[in-house]
Amino acid sequence: MPDTQRPSTVRLPISAIVDTGKYLAVMGCIIWLLTLGTDRLGYNWQWYRIPKYLWQFNEHGFSWGPLIEGLGITFQITGISMILMLGIGITTALLRMTDSWAAKGTARVYMEIIRNTPLLIQIFFIYFVLAPILDMSAFWAAVIALSLFEGAYASEIFRAGIISIDKGQWEAAQSLGMAPFPMYRHIILPQAIRRVLPPMTSQAVSLVKDSALVSTIAILDLTQQGRMIDAETFLTFEIWFTIAAIYLAVTLALSGVVKILEQRSNSVKP
Amino acid sequence: MKTHRFTTILSIVLLFAFIFGCSQQPSQQKTDTSAQSQVSQLDTILKRGVLKVGFDTFKPWAMKDKSGNYIGFEIEVAKRLAADMGVDVEFVPTKWSGIIPALLTGKFDIIIGGMSITPQRNLKVNFSIPYEYTGMSVIASKKLAAGRTMASEFNNPATTVAVRLGTTAAEITKNFLPQAKILFFDEESQTIQELLNERVHAVVASNPLPLNLAKEYPDKLYLPFKEDFTREPISFAIRKGDFDYLNWLNNWVLVTMSTGWLQNRYEYWFYTNDWENQIQ
Repeated sequence: MPDTQRPSTVRLPISAIVDTGKYLAVMGCIIWLLTLGTDRLGYNWQWYRIPKYLWQFNEHGFSWGPLIEGLGITFQITGISMILMLGIGITTALLRMTDSWAAKGTARVYMEIIRNTPLLIQIFFIYFVLAPILDMSAFWAAVIALSLFEGAYASEIFRAGIISIDKGQWEAAQSLGMAPFPMYRHIILPQAIRRVLPPMTSQAVSLVKDSALVSTIAILDLTQQGRMIDAETFLTFEIWFTIAAIYLAVTLALSGVVKILEQRSNSVKP
Repeated sequence: MKTHRFTTILSIVLLFAFIFGCSQQPSQQKTDTSAQSQVSQLDTILKRGVLKVGFDTFKPWAMKDKSGNYIGFEIEVAKRLAADMGVDVEFVPTKWSGIIPALLTGKFDIIIGGMSITPQRNLKVNFSIPYEYTGMSVIASKKLAAGRTMASEFNNPATTVAVRLGTTAAEITKNFLPQAKILFFDEESQTIQELLNERVHAVVASNPLPLNLAKEYPDKLYLPFKEDFTREPISFAIRKGDFDYLNWLNNWVLVTMSTGWLQNRYEYWFYTNDWENQIQ
């Protein structure tokens, strides 16, 4: 456990108490402002109507509500997109580092188009224009749009990671007479991946949040379920705060998992 | 590491404390709003000299003409309403699915947007007496759903229907076609695009949109039912608890209807095409 290595846990840190005090003061201030704002709004809060959209008990027993069912769809879409994002990202990064002009050009054009146009328009384009031609369902249109979008950013992260590997590592591999594939496989990528883990986490978090946009093409994900409940009940603020809290919980959990991975990979450092 | 974890947990706890703390607010808030409602919104509008109107574009209720100005039945109604009040009118275009929250938080004074009265909406806003009625209709794809003339033929899991989110069409489709698969889109244009792409069997929308679509794409689309299957009252929506304002609106509708102006304008926008060359 890394905690035991810290000397500050042994003695009572006075500065930490002062710090906590300051922190509480700032938080208190923010909460005071928020309550002031909600008071002025004159909004009729009805939080008691929210839990039944998360889970229900009835004569059939326990069942998940529409929000949690939507979360399941969000998980499916982000899960598949995340794998595709990594695949597209690393392929594009490697294509950009080859000597072939055509490969470099293709990767560059893909990246510039994707990074310089809004995701919402890409989703609409893929769903309303490409999907009918290819006979693709809304689900796959969403997955493809998301993974293409995030993949463009991931490729730059991978490229930065690969470039950052010390020149000596490349020279050592070449002096051993290694071909490009085993060189990347055994020497470059294992080191690069460890370095790109933190920025890749924020990319994965972005993916989870950006997946909310697929609700616009009538996929019943978490956001779309929220929009539908909102349209029926007008519990606007309660529903959207709940959904924001769910996204927050998911992305915090994701960051937590990566942090554990990072610590494990650091502990086996040579 | 430990303090970091502690502060994270603390902030989450505080966040939740704040959120659930809000549930205890209503009793305190009620006194606030009732104090506010002593001053009628009507006075506020008159003092300001501007009536702010919330709406969303629905053909032919409200649309943009070639020079970018809004025209349509609702726009004329709003202009006449403001003129009778003796104030200017300011149009605040708002996405349909967020139009009631925008009214509640004071972004505008009134919704004049072809809004039909529903009990659920009425729990959050006050409605005036209806100034018009509208009917729902179905427009279907000739390729996917040829020759269907009964609602039961659409009510099966193999049928997909597209509707605009937050409209009464969305609720009505759930009631009339509970077995059909329903897709919810944000814009009317997206539902029509889905229908023209032959990915849904039908679209449910308020007339005259289905009627116009059937005329526009005679070889692709058709109207399965001869008559509208609902008749819904269209009203002005305002924030709750302002009876001076509501009384004024009700009597405006009564007077304007008795002079025949409302019916005349309705005929013009819904049953003639004289305005077609004005829009883009």
